[in-house]
Amino acid sequence: MRYAAPATVDEAQTLLSDNPGSQVFAGATDLVPQIRAGRPSPSMVVDLKRIDRLTAVTHEGGQWTIGAATPTADLTRNAEFTAAFPGLSEAAGLIGSDQIQNRSSLGGNLANASPAADSVPALIANAGQAVIASGDGTRTVPASEIATGPGRTSLAEGEFIIEFTLDDPPAGTGDAYLRMIPRTEMDIAIVGAAVRLTIADNAVSEATVVLGAVAPTAVSVPDAAAALVGASLNGGGFDDATLAAVADAASAACNPIDDKRGTIAYRQRVAGVLAKRAAAVAAERAQNGA
Amino acid sequence: MSKRSRTHVTCTVNGDEVDFLASDDTSLLDALRDELGLTGAKEGCGTGDCGACSVLVDGRVNCSCLMFAPEAEGTDIVTVEGIAEGDQLHPLQQTFLEGAALQCGICTPGFLVSAKALLDENPDPTETEIRYALAGNLCRCTGYDKIVRSVQEAAVQLRGATR
Amino acid sequence: MTVTEDRPSYKWVGTRPIRHDGYDKVVGKARFAADLNLPGQLHAAILRSPHGHARILSIDTSTAEAMPGVKAVVTAADFPALDVGNPEHDVAMNLMARDVVLYVGHALAAVAASTRAEAQAAAAAIEVEYELLPVVLSLDESMADGAPLVNDDNRTAFSGSDEPSNLATVTPLERGDVDGAFEAADLIVEREFDTAWVHQGYIEPHACVVDVGADGKADIWASSQGHFRVRSQTAAVLGWDTARVKVTPAEIGGGFGGKTTIYLEPVAARLSEKSGRPVKITMSRDEVLRATGPAPASKARIRIAATNDGELTAIDGWIGYAVGCTNDMAGFIGAMSVASYRFPNLKLEAVAALTNTPKSAAYRAPSAPQAAFAIESVIDEIAQLLEMDPIDLRLKNAVVEGDPTAMGSPHPRIGFVECLEAIRDSDHYRSPVPEGTARGVGSGFWFNIGEQSSATVNLNEDGTATVITGSPDIGGSRASMALMAAEELGIDVYRITPVVADTESVGFTDVTEGSRATFATGMAVVNACRELIDQLKTRAATILGVEADAVDWVDGAAVAEDKDPLPLADITAKAKSTGGPLTVTASLNAGGAGPSFAVHCCDVAVDEETGQVTVLRYTTAQDAGTAIHPSYVEGQMQGGTAQGIGWALNEEYVYDDDGTMLNASFLDYRVPVASDLPMIETIIVEVPNPAHPYGVRGVGETGIVPPMATIANAVSRATGARLTSLPMSPPKVLAVLDDR
Repeated sequence: MRYAAPATVDEAQTLLSDNPGSQVFAGATDLVPQIRAGRPSPSMVVDLKRIDRLTAVTHEGGQWTIGAATPTADLTRNAEFTAAFPGLSEAAGLIGSDQIQNRSSLGGNLANASPAADSVPALIANAGQAVIASGDGTRTVPASEIATGPGRTSLAEGEFIIEFTLDDPPAGTGDAYLRMIPRTEMDIAIVGAAVRLTIADNAVSEATVVLGAVAPTAVSVPDAAAALVGASLNGGGFDDATLAAVADAASAACNPIDDKRGTIAYRQRVAGVLAKRAAAVAAERAQNGA
Repeated sequence: MSKRSRTHVTCTVNGDEVDFLASDDTSLLDALRDELGLTGAKEGCGTGDCGACSVLVDGRVNCSCLMFAPEAEGTDIVTVEGIAEGDQLHPLQQTFLEGAALQCGICTPGFLVSAKALLDENPDPTETEIRYALAGNLCRCTGYDKIVRSVQEAAVQLRGATR
Repeated sequence: MTVTEDRPSYKWVGTRPIRHDGYDKVVGKARFAADLNLPGQLHAAILRSPHGHARILSIDTSTAEAMPGVKAVVTAADFPALDVGNPEHDVAMNLMARDVVLYVGHALAAVAASTRAEAQAAAAAIEVEYELLPVVLSLDESMADGAPLVNDDNRTAFSGSDEPSNLATVTPLERGDVDGAFEAADLIVEREFDTAWVHQGYIEPHACVVDVGADGKADIWASSQGHFRVRSQTAAVLGWDTARVKVTPAEIGGGFGGKTTIYLEPVAARLSEKSGRPVKITMSRDEVLRATGPAPASKARIRIAATNDGELTAIDGWIGYAVGCTNDMAGFIGAMSVASYRFPNLKLEAVAALTNTPKSAAYRAPSAPQAAFAIESVIDEIAQLLEMDPIDLRLKNAVVEGDPTAMGSPHPRIGFVECLEAIRDSDHYRSPVPEGTARGVGSGFWFNIGEQSSATVNLNEDGTATVITGSPDIGGSRASMALMAAEELGIDVYRITPVVADTESVGFTDVTEGSRATFATGMAVVNACRELIDQLKTRAATILGVEADAVDWVDGAAVAEDKDPLPLADITAKAKSTGGPLTVTASLNAGGAGPSFAVHCCDVAVDEETGQVTVLRYTTAQDAGTAIHPSYVEGQMQGGTAQGIGWALNEEYVYDDDGTMLNASFLDYRVPVASDLPMIETIIVEVPNPAHPYGVRGVGETGIVPPMATIANAVSRATGARLTSLPMSPPKVLAVLDDR
């Protein structure tokens, strides 16, 4: 196995096209143990962190651009980014320990295609777009279209994510991400729930609810979002009926598996709990930020 | 079996410029231990779940078991062997000793490195901040109580020293 | 905080010096098992069974032997077949399967090669033909009528039967009139309990470096809880004389009972012998979880009778331990661990049965936590039903000196009542229970053991001293040895160098288990020091020109009437002219290890929508007899508690139907992390053990016994739901809450 660290996107694309069976990486936090265990065994690993564009974070013209290999710690420490997307920032801050967060990235978290990836539901809830190096050029797709199943993506051989773009949220918007793990840290989510909503005139005007770890990929729950849209915030919080409707819709949208980390019944149940709790947090943020 | 490609890596380790030859699939941890003889960082899991291999890379704490050795090219690495200043122990090392924050000692190098990274960035952490910052380091002997207290005490001393 | 009975005042015992090995451990110099590399060293990899139970029809190593870098391959054929009755038969079988594999992860071949990658590739290329056999994974399956045999070599211990059996031990205990007591009872509570397999979870994986020279002698570098046992087991497995094996103890990165047996050393030795090169083996975390440890899973049925005023009149119980693929004393020990309350009428059966899972290993107070979880839960329920304070109920029934243990012999002087009182009077227990939380208490104890130890104390020319023992320093025992020597000799603790010596440099010392090091090895140190003081007095008499019996030893100096005190250094400086070097070796088989009791108290919050239990405050009171180095006594109390909290809440082996462990990593085998725990407040209770010169009781193990029930009792008071299955993981808690 060879290691390569290209300095530009072009160089990386050339390396990948010249070396079939190569594997790109950013943080390598999953790749190094996998290679040690003998699966996969790429002919070459291509380190994307040395490409400036892949670790750049910019905010220009009403849009954020996040290099796909940017360490998630750089996002959680970025006060302006965290103020704009508190839910996405907290989701990024839940990917493993401080050690991991100095290496892990939104690009890696998404392209690994784990159903339980913490940053993915919040990235999707915030309508993140992925700019993909493809052939000699680039293509842009919604982040929601990258993962297609556990460990599977829509990325073709030789393609990799360069960066994500996120539009500035409208005024009165808040997002939140909550996950269920048995410990307080260091676990893979059994359930994750991201909610983004916008409040106008004391009622929800727009909402997105995305769940993680309850289906082969992160799933949007339009029924839960619909339960939120139009809901009024009397005295700051949602009424019990709204929260119950969000929870029921979230639970109903789950298509989970039984595995060593959680059961189907537990995941369904807790998906509802976390969705309603995340909605409450997002609403509070939307009101405080507005 | 395919022939293993090797890379010549140059970096700074504990203040000294070093170079070594490492197979491209070698972890930084194995390179530090086997090529450079720095066995302070330990392998407790090899999967980034225990933090015993923690080192600073350009000032930030990393699991050296999760890095390919060639990724170290051009970086500044600090291991537990490099956190004292000459004969003068780092305040964390001293408070760990005085506070009995180690029992078997296998996790101690990783905790010291992680705690240093924390205090370098946040000189006055709360107990909760300390506990979350050290959540990537497993200790099976102490129940963490004396580790957390020793980090708190070192923070007090460091703040006093810089005032 | 310390609660102390009257005792002599000490100058050094009870102080908190920086441990002597501490500096090396904070600067990265301390050398653990994997930290040694020898010139020309090979790396070995082990081929492990993918099946839970199978006959090995053939092993073909020819492809592996021809692979790049490969220098030697071994299988069971390279080791002598030990008789079933040989004490090390099971150890030998476990470290290299012969004819059958008994669990997923069972070693059956090993390869030494120039690099670890080459060794791993070659091990993977070994071809094995298996005939699959039925897999038995649980206690119920193992004990079912007509159950397939787990291990044809197993015989039920103490039964006198030579028939193969899945039963390891059956231990019945009975006293009084149990049936009558239940008939007369005002209140009876009966519950069933179960606990999962849990691992010791030491952070240092097993590792060793072995160099067998052309003279046939083996130099072993390894970490263990007892290098003399490494020596004896290695020699037995190889069929060698003990004299061919030297074991140098590396620093040990945690053991908790799991490093009281061997897994690797004879394999490395044989590979080294065959290759003529030093061989290093390091286990991965995955191998540690699949092939070492764990502690037995268990089930229990406990029924306790009480009167309305809170007298516990009878216990009727059954507890079973699933001990893995070989015989084990877990059930026998479990039966003994039911001895905290007087119970005038008692009927108990403890059973251990085999399963096609790893051979279980000791884990901190082995077998006691499972039993205490059940009994302390039932007692708490009785307190709730009687609306009695749970401490008061325990105080009413707690054993004191002279009360019978489970086996019937009387308890020596113990400190259970004092621990209960310490918690009752603690800030924690007296404070109001915070809103949204609930408080639980629980207790437990461990017998402790004595066994054999040796110590050599050398006085150096300048009056410094070297204290040499054979007990590996797991958590500060060097400092404890130095403190006791300082107290005896009357010199500064930092003028003493405590050393853990190899098997050729100190007398035989049993493995560090049963919380015996500070007790028994400490006693050997004290005995050696006392004999040295006698010699010092004789030398001083010569120097001072007085009769030997006119000299006293006071505060580090020889004192005689009308003479200036003669400090130790002035005597050692004249050693040559007064009879030669001052050195004494003491050895003993220590009796009188006093049991150590503990009482715990915790506050928890339960998220009733997710089932998550959070421990918010925790206090432990434990009888240490006398705390030689209080910081490390507290550390044992806190560490045991943290392990118990992990056992209570999240730790468990998850097996599939074929016996493959699905969570063999620190990601999914969830030991507590720093953010999971609160500070663990400690109250050291000191009821001196009359059998030790300073009153020491071992403190290492007791801490893990009470937490499971303590937390379950708090959860019960928080929710009205009784958790009887460990771990109390969120899905299980939620299910029990639903059933309220």
